[in-house]
Amino acid sequence: MGAALPVVKELLQFLPQRAVLHQEEDTRPYECDGLTAYRQLPMVVALPETEEQVRRILKTCASMKIPVVPRGAGTGLSGGALPPGDGVLLSMAKFMRVLRIDPLARVAVVQPGVRNAVVSELAAPHGLYYAPDPSSQIACTIGGNVSENSGGVHCLKYGLTLHNVLGMRGFTIDGEPIELGGEAPDAPGYDLLALAIGSEGMLMVVTEVTLKLLPKPHSARVIMASFDDVEKAGAAVADIIAAGIVPAGLEMMDQPATRAVEQFVSAGYDLEAAAILLCESDGSVEEVEDEIARMKAVLERAGATRMTVSRDEAERLRFWSGRKAAFPAVGRISPDYYCMDGTIPRKRLGEVLRFIAAMEKKYALRCPNVFHAGDGNLHPLILFDANDADQLHRTELFAAEVLEKCVEVGGTITGEHGVGVEKINQMCVQFRPDELELFRAVKRSFDPHGLLNPGKAVPTLARCAEYGRMRVHGGQLPHPDLPRF
Amino acid sequence: MTEIFQEKIRQAAARRIPLRLRGGGSKDFYGNVLRGEVLDTRGYAGIVSYEPTELVVTARCGTPLLQLEKILQENHQCLPFEPPHFGPDATVGGCVAAGLSGPRRTAAGALRDFVLGLKLVDGQGRALSFGGQVMKNVAGYDVSRLVAGSLGTLGLIAEVSLKLAPRPQAEATLRLEMPQARALETMNRWAGQPLPVSATVWHDGELTVRLSGSAAGVRAATATIGGYSVDGDFWSGIREQRHEFFGGAEPLWRLSLPSTAVPLEVEGRQLIEWGGALRWLKSGTAAATVREAVRRSKGQATLFRAADKAAGCFGPLEPVLMRLHRELKSAFDPAGIFNPGRMYPEL
Repeated sequence: MGAALPVVKELLQFLPQRAVLHQEEDTRPYECDGLTAYRQLPMVVALPETEEQVRRILKTCASMKIPVVPRGAGTGLSGGALPPGDGVLLSMAKFMRVLRIDPLARVAVVQPGVRNAVVSELAAPHGLYYAPDPSSQIACTIGGNVSENSGGVHCLKYGLTLHNVLGMRGFTIDGEPIELGGEAPDAPGYDLLALAIGSEGMLMVVTEVTLKLLPKPHSARVIMASFDDVEKAGAAVADIIAAGIVPAGLEMMDQPATRAVEQFVSAGYDLEAAAILLCESDGSVEEVEDEIARMKAVLERAGATRMTVSRDEAERLRFWSGRKAAFPAVGRISPDYYCMDGTIPRKRLGEVLRFIAAMEKKYALRCPNVFHAGDGNLHPLILFDANDADQLHRTELFAAEVLEKCVEVGGTITGEHGVGVEKINQMCVQFRPDELELFRAVKRSFDPHGLLNPGKAVPTLARCAEYGRMRVHGGQLPHPDLPRF
Repeated sequence: MTEIFQEKIRQAAARRIPLRLRGGGSKDFYGNVLRGEVLDTRGYAGIVSYEPTELVVTARCGTPLLQLEKILQENHQCLPFEPPHFGPDATVGGCVAAGLSGPRRTAAGALRDFVLGLKLVDGQGRALSFGGQVMKNVAGYDVSRLVAGSLGTLGLIAEVSLKLAPRPQAEATLRLEMPQARALETMNRWAGQPLPVSATVWHDGELTVRLSGSAAGVRAATATIGGYSVDGDFWSGIREQRHEFFGGAEPLWRLSLPSTAVPLEVEGRQLIEWGGALRWLKSGTAAATVREAVRRSKGQATLFRAADKAAGCFGPLEPVLMRLHRELKSAFDPAGIFNPGRMYPEL
């Protein structure tokens, strides 16, 4: 039946049969990304292997006015790769080659389907690594990282994807080749590289990425510090920054999170503590020794009840294993979980954690917290059962209230997972109509017909108006006079 | 005050009168033509918020850069990208609009890496806010970083939030004698090792390197690198182009190259920064010759300071990129009133 689709016929002009999927049994695996609550069967899945095929797919779709949604490994948590029911899902999974590693120049040139962890593995023999390390790094791809501007647990010191990508090449929706940035710094003109990174696949399709590699520090050690109170742990984070230290990693987990994790991976966490902090130092042996001593002194003064410093690399990795396994661990104690991604100024942490605790009561749902404390990025995990429609509904309301709280305290609805389809309503809360209009104008500059990943990330005015009506309770918005600068 | 900017911009847009957005004028030399009625941003000055434990400062456009840096210094913090001032009147808004980074760029990152958010008045006189004050924020397109370095052609930066870093505990500046080719290789090899190198300059047979970090780390690296110790004031001379290399009447070219590019064969004097990725050239060689030599090395050439800018300050853009630039320009500034021609004649 699907073979009768005109676009399939067009694509088969230059793609082999195996690279064009349109039968339901073949397209079903692509119906969602990591945000499984949203599903949509794509009309067609295309699996190109060459840049020329990508160019022709885009040209074909643009001329037929058919939507195109790019996809990497499909690990995204905001539905950014939710397929178009009336268009082509463009899987970049076959772009798996590492094209070049130049140890002297410290760059890796890779295709977008290369997995994040592979880059560091291949750079390791040269004493180099790729810094951004999202928790999904064994599965997620560089193309997906670029489109979401992914972070990880080391971004306070080493930055996000944005700070570690030197250049990219790819195509506009019309199939025109474009090259942004490069190994030479500060390309002339506007910084389109910065604009394209984190644009959720809405401005261009990336086919090659030049990554910056960093020298692997000689030494890295992590302190695991226990606190009998979550807010004390939050204050300790500010104290570390105030002492002039930028730790390589600074993470916090509350007791429900550590208990869930410990059953899963035996990381050796203090299960009596109300919260634990993981504070990492890296650098030369001398630097690390010095910084660990300074951080211990600060944590001690901040009221840490127990501290353990990793003695060797195996122990350091074990301490981190729990943090990195937090999502799957929580997945084992609950049929489903919903991960939020708001970022807040660190000083408002206590207030936001109290707010989340109140929401747990209000909606009768549990919510363990893991938190990139160093950069203020929260990942509260709401536990629910998707087979219970009311629980799913309560989860959505819970999440919406938390995200809007993040905006109210001067933060953002998403730190690293992207807006996708998931947080599109909250964009209406974070941005005013004029700002959303400028986003739409930026989109039109690249994609005048709105064919590339349509309906994601930037809401229409009509959608915001609709959401505004939904949010009015008793004739009043939750934060009617919220200043949003 | 932003209302005054908004009103002026709305009026200018209605009458299609070009506006020249200007802070202290310290970077008037940079870019192509200066056109339009001056819109002075210095009246809108001051720190909006600064909390050292958040590592973020928000400042109004007219705030003197010197004043901002003094306040940060009092709190043992700094702008990690070490921006050049090019004069005592440099403002925060001009610094972000110019997008220039200083000696620490390779080690710490570029200006745009530290822009967390900004408040912009666009060409329709709308006050818009993008990004924020938090380190991680992927809501909406990254308009703040697009505007950084756009030379005031997209809008008036009214306020900006910048990420900060603690000042290093210790610094040392060392000098070694070596020819250019060996210096290029040495700088790249250092950068591939976990050494606290925060700046490098090669000039006239001498490689100067700055180490920044903990006292223990700097001490250990000093022993590894060797050479002899020189005064750290050297770096502000480089950043502000007071070093003798920058003297003389020939045009000054700013060549951006892959750090490992081999020594460039162009007539003139050179000074190399950023581990090899930034090469300053004082030369009267024809613009086309310079651009062609740099293009062959996969780099970009900017005519940074020159009496005659007929050749265009910035390297040409591919037609597709120029089309995207024009589309973006008209999205932000439909009447085309902001700093027309300063970056490219088409914008």
